[in-house]
Amino acid sequence: MPFYSEKVMDHFQNPRNVGEINNPDGTGEVGNPVCGDLMIFYIKVRDGRLEDVKFKTFGCGAAIAVSSMVSEMAKGRTLDEAMKITNELVAVELGGLPPNKMHCSNLGADALHKAIEDYKKKSGSGA
Amino acid sequence: MQAYLDNHSCTKTDERVFKEMMPFLTDNYGNAQSMHSLGAASKDAIERARGQVAGLIGAGEKEICFTASGSESNNLAIKGVAEGCKAKGRHIVISPVEHFSVMYSAKRLSQAGFEVTYVPVDKYGMVSPDDIKSAIRQDTVLVSIQHANPEIGTVQPIEEISKVLRERNIPFHTDAVATAGVLPVDVAVLGVDLLTFSASMIYGPKGVAALYIRKGVRIVPQIDGGIQENGRRAGTENVPAIVGFGAACEIAKQEMEKNRDAMLGLRNRTIDELPKRIDHIYLNGHPERRLPGNVNFSVEFIEGEGMLLYLDRKGIYITSGSACTSKALKMSHVLSAIKLDPAVAQGSLLMTLSKYNTAEEVEYLLAELPPIVRKLRGISPLYNYFLKSGKRHVAGPGTDYEHQHEDEVTSE
Repeated sequence: MPFYSEKVMDHFQNPRNVGEINNPDGTGEVGNPVCGDLMIFYIKVRDGRLEDVKFKTFGCGAAIAVSSMVSEMAKGRTLDEAMKITNELVAVELGGLPPNKMHCSNLGADALHKAIEDYKKKSGSGA
Repeated sequence: MQAYLDNHSCTKTDERVFKEMMPFLTDNYGNAQSMHSLGAASKDAIERARGQVAGLIGAGEKEICFTASGSESNNLAIKGVAEGCKAKGRHIVISPVEHFSVMYSAKRLSQAGFEVTYVPVDKYGMVSPDDIKSAIRQDTVLVSIQHANPEIGTVQPIEEISKVLRERNIPFHTDAVATAGVLPVDVAVLGVDLLTFSASMIYGPKGVAALYIRKGVRIVPQIDGGIQENGRRAGTENVPAIVGFGAACEIAKQEMEKNRDAMLGLRNRTIDELPKRIDHIYLNGHPERRLPGNVNFSVEFIEGEGMLLYLDRKGIYITSGSACTSKALKMSHVLSAIKLDPAVAQGSLLMTLSKYNTAEEVEYLLAELPPIVRKLRGISPLYNYFLKSGKRHVAGPGTDYEHQHEDEVTSE
């Protein structure tokens, strides 16, 4: 059996929404290169929805696939909906992750939530 | 196209070795300890192999003890000698870049009341004989320093270390899994009392290795039972594997120079060429005192597993010392010991050659790796930060990213 599911490999090899947003409404960073993973999410918010989500990730195949999946799940959602995306849901959407990758590489939802909190703080809404 | 560049993990079994083994997997299945003719055939085969194995390292046949792995040989050497000498003292000396089977054997001894001194290594992973000299004490019963490091390729000054130890009459073990059959290894020249070597590194089968135990060295068996291996290691002998080990040693001895020269050519081409095609990459391990098949680079700003997965899709099989690629999610202890910046170590790539690798395979790797690095750097926030600021991303407390890499090579 291969180490990663086909879906993980697809998102790893063809990551969606890679990049940065100029003047983002919010950014969220989790991880640390010393541990092997660092994710930065950028969001653009319009009428309470995530109009755009982009990311840059340093890390293993799982970390890159997780970032890509989170960006896909979050784009177009309301902020409340996006806050309900959990790391566990992301892993399910990816067809599972190897047990030892569940905690350290599966931080995408945390990074997204941080970006939303950053937006709320900046815009003064709900902070 | 396929390129297997993971030969420090194990090598492909030589066809000639396989042919020698075959009869002992089929018709000659007797237990070497049995009194009948079938048993005697197995016994004879083992003793012939013992001669071939001893011949590779200039040992006497009686000084060879067969085991099931390099790890077992290292366990037997460390624990066996320590147990045999504990009345004399309870202090042993090793380096921090030893194989896990040495590291954890030492750890086990420390739990049993032994004291372990770890001599330092320099940035290339080299042990200094002077540090050995200052580490040994009246109660030192064993020193174990590997001949070469399989991960970063650095070859240790074993002869100089043994001179220090001979004066004091302290038993000296070396783990020569990475060198025996690859470089000239002669126990008299090296001046060692115990030496570990293994078949799977030299085109032999898995599941068989040996420990050279110099005549007169006291060792306590770690597997108790029958009288196999002169009472030093109980258990029915793995006859086909031992026969294969013997054949592999004989072939390795005959073809060593030819194989080494061919690997050196491919290794040097890879080491010279990769920094020209990829910027911000750094060679790990000693540039000259290095195994002929070892290439280890750190590629900055990206993590090793990503590169490994892309290369796998291209049929190129390598390994990495990054935390993500280890099942324990820990960075390689060797890269830690040479004090490599942890973020840079995450991008380590280990490519190890064998006699079967070709120039075409190396050119294939050299062509395929740069676009993979470009793609992953395009996703990397660390590379992004570096391009914009000219600085390295600060990772966390205690991490210094603003230092200069002295081996930094810029692309042409």
